Amino acid sequence: MTDTTSETQSNAETNGHSAPPPGEHELHGKAEAHAANGNGGGHGHSQYPHLAHHFDSPQQQFDAGKLGIWLFLVQEVLFFAGLFCAYTVYRAQHPEIFVYAHYHLDTTMGAVNTCVLLVSSLTAAWAVRNAQLGEKNKLVINISITILCAFVFLGVKYKEYAHKVHEGTLWGHHFNPQHELWELDTFKSKHPESAKLAEKIAAIQFEGQAKRNPHGEHQGSGAEANAPGPTTPSLPGATAGAADSDTKVRRIQSLLLQASDETLHPLVAAGIIKHNIQATTGLERPATAHIFFGIYFFMTGLHGIHVIAGIIVWIWMLLKAQRGQFGPNYFGPIDYAALYWHLVDLVWIYLFPLLYLIH
Amino acid sequence: MATTTTTDFVSPEPSTTDNYLNNEKGLLSWLLTLDHKRIGVMYLFSVLASFALGGTFALLIRAELWTPGPTLPGVTADMYNQFFTLHGAIMVFLVIIPGIPAALGNIILPLQLGAKDVAFPRLNLMSYHVWILGACFMLLSLVLGAADTGWTFYTPYSTMTETAVIPAAFGAFVLGFSSIFTGLNFIVTIHKLRPKGMTWFRMPLFVWALYSTALIQVLATPVIAITLLMLIVERTFGIGIFDPALGGDPVLFEHFFWFYSHPAVYIMIVPAFGVISEIIPVFSRKPIFGYKFIALSSVAIAILGFLVWGHHMFTSGQSVLAGTIFSAITFLIAIPTAIKTFNWISTMYKGRIHLETPMLYALAFLWVFTIGGVTGMFLAVMSVDVHLHDTYFVVAHFHYVMMGGSITAFLGGLHYWWPKAFGRMYNEQLGRLSALVVFVGLNLTFFPQFILGSRGMPRRYYNYLEEFEGLHQLSTVGAFLLGIGFLLTAYGLLSSLRKKFDAPANPWGATTLEWQTASPPPYYNFATPPEVTQGPYDGYENLEYDEKIRGYVPTKA
Repeated sequence: MTDTTSETQSNAETNGHSAPPPGEHELHGKAEAHAANGNGGGHGHSQYPHLAHHFDSPQQQFDAGKLGIWLFLVQEVLFFAGLFCAYTVYRAQHPEIFVYAHYHLDTTMGAVNTCVLLVSSLTAAWAVRNAQLGEKNKLVINISITILCAFVFLGVKYKEYAHKVHEGTLWGHHFNPQHELWELDTFKSKHPESAKLAEKIAAIQFEGQAKRNPHGEHQGSGAEANAPGPTTPSLPGATAGAADSDTKVRRIQSLLLQASDETLHPLVAAGIIKHNIQATTGLERPATAHIFFGIYFFMTGLHGIHVIAGIIVWIWMLLKAQRGQFGPNYFGPIDYAALYWHLVDLVWIYLFPLLYLIH
Repeated sequence: MATTTTTDFVSPEPSTTDNYLNNEKGLLSWLLTLDHKRIGVMYLFSVLASFALGGTFALLIRAELWTPGPTLPGVTADMYNQFFTLHGAIMVFLVIIPGIPAALGNIILPLQLGAKDVAFPRLNLMSYHVWILGACFMLLSLVLGAADTGWTFYTPYSTMTETAVIPAAFGAFVLGFSSIFTGLNFIVTIHKLRPKGMTWFRMPLFVWALYSTALIQVLATPVIAITLLMLIVERTFGIGIFDPALGGDPVLFEHFFWFYSHPAVYIMIVPAFGVISEIIPVFSRKPIFGYKFIALSSVAIAILGFLVWGHHMFTSGQSVLAGTIFSAITFLIAIPTAIKTFNWISTMYKGRIHLETPMLYALAFLWVFTIGGVTGMFLAVMSVDVHLHDTYFVVAHFHYVMMGGSITAFLGGLHYWWPKAFGRMYNEQLGRLSALVVFVGLNLTFFPQFILGSRGMPRRYYNYLEEFEGLHQLSTVGAFLLGIGFLLTAYGLLSSLRKKFDAPANPWGATTLEWQTASPPPYYNFATPPEVTQGPYDGYENLEYDEKIRGYVPTKA
């Protein structure tokens, strides 16, 4: 800071950035309040310890930060947009796998997490007001609640992930569900008749097989992955004679023909039986059902990373708040952190219905 | 029309002490600096080093193509695939995208705007550090068995190949954030840090161009980021989004990729338009013709650029209707581009043209960019594109635009702002000679490729039919001539750094704000903060040449 070319203090009137009218948040300090100095170095800003040298007033600094964070959020939206676009494409191409797969998700947990994030958004917004009014203690409490909520969210998410690992409802080659659709409580409670029908069909279809072997099936589907095609849970055993399988198909057909449309519809929508009832020879898992879980884990995982980033930001804000740095002249960082947090919340508000609440 | 600039000329004499280059010393004073000019200088030398590396791969490619069969001992077809992949990835992600905005833009934008710095100096430094991190991953890919997918990382090959795709893709992912941060910083700087009197339509056209570029950087780059992330996750975990073996859709990758990468070509060329818009009026001593048209056509190109990605995919199985729409919008882009070209030519008309090095590059730009742009229109025709797709015609087209357009303008801008950034005048005769060699080399390298492509020579091939040998050899000779041209340029510029500061504040007789502070500028840019009362290209008549300082000073009343 040894610039000697600016000995002369310039006239504050020509040099000051004309002070914009104070916005909704009143920032004290106008351009003329400090003697702007060509070589800056900060000493011209002694009145505002948090004012960077290249800004003329706290208002200008705040406005710049606000525009910056909004642009960052635009960038974030477009970042997630790629995934939402992939979701749209696959849902349009394979609606049945989304219907099938959402029964594997726990709506209650998703709803709990939605509430948790909404509460944290409220406390984040409240924290901004606390910072503006310089209410240090309330600010610390509100930031702490926000961080707590973020941890609760991640905890619930961890439980959900652990359950999916246990159930084998994972992506790609790791997709190996331990329970078929008609065995899931979520499906049974919603469509009891359909579940009973599917159980009857399964009993016929897998008759003579000591026990369905999901692991064996999985390896089969993995090895056959190079040949795109429906991955069936288990076709009638190869050891069974042709005549035997003909009988099975006839028994399955008669069950299907007796069933009402209301009973069949949930199974057709989930891709468990074919649209064309006459062509259905048994139950099958919709092809590429694993793609749903690929998208599910990618989207919620990326969102989770954003939650973790948010926790880091809020801890940083907490440390600054405890030192009493925020007040009417300096509350930008809390405002920006809250805006980011609202976006993280908003992404979840879209993810929850798109992944959990499919009809 | 105001006839005087209200800003005082600081000192017409070269500034020898207390400028941004020597006010602090030591390596850390550079690596941790928050000064936009120093960050720009670091970007500049990093970009030039990458350019040398990418250029080396280009020469290896051209040398290998000297004969129809294997040419260089030890270079296999697989290695050749890695060469062109690295050449493309380095040139696109490490050289052209950051070249003008992050290097020249960082040095010049706040000066031209009359600001003390960019809005977020720490973010600016972080963008450079992130860039270095991304470059390290790119180099890591080189060491671990370079990717051989082409710079486009097309699936499904990129999910199958054994080469190090992940480090290269992750490098490009990281570099994307560097680009986003720079763009974000520039947008906020332009919105919030304009000094008194600097209205939108008094901003220099380089600033307008950087503004349009920054919009694309912020809006398009996140899409490539998520796409590359999906590719990495696809390779690592096999989630099946792009892998047809798992029921995924590889064409979706192409859509995502080009949704970014077509706007990205405007990240590469729009700043070049800005540089040319600065050089031409100064060296014609005439205010720019059609200022508002040039300014707003940059914005128009930025917007239209988002709507044409499908023209890369005419042969990828997209519907004819979609192809027709993409083709039509592609034609629309010719309009704002032609507006610029006609305005530049009109600016020169009846001007007093001074053929100094930056102007030679600007004239070269007009020539090669016109060829590159018009051949782009050939490729926008769907039926013609089916024939020319993936041939050397495409290679020649985008090299005329990227190399002939962006790099020529980058070199022009580098020569134009070199005295301002480093405070030294380079050897003018050597500068002119190297500009000439670059121009001849460029045309000799790439013009034969138009002929090769239209006759059916496919791109990315290691071997070729014997009938193509003559044209390939012409192209190779041109490439080495181009290499010599760049070495001459580098020598001319770098050798000036050994001299003492000798550049005047305003060596070219320019009227924009950066020339009204010392060369090199003081740490805080302006001795007295500027107040702007007139347009950026007004007042050439009020400057006169001073023999003593070898620069321009305001005419004494």
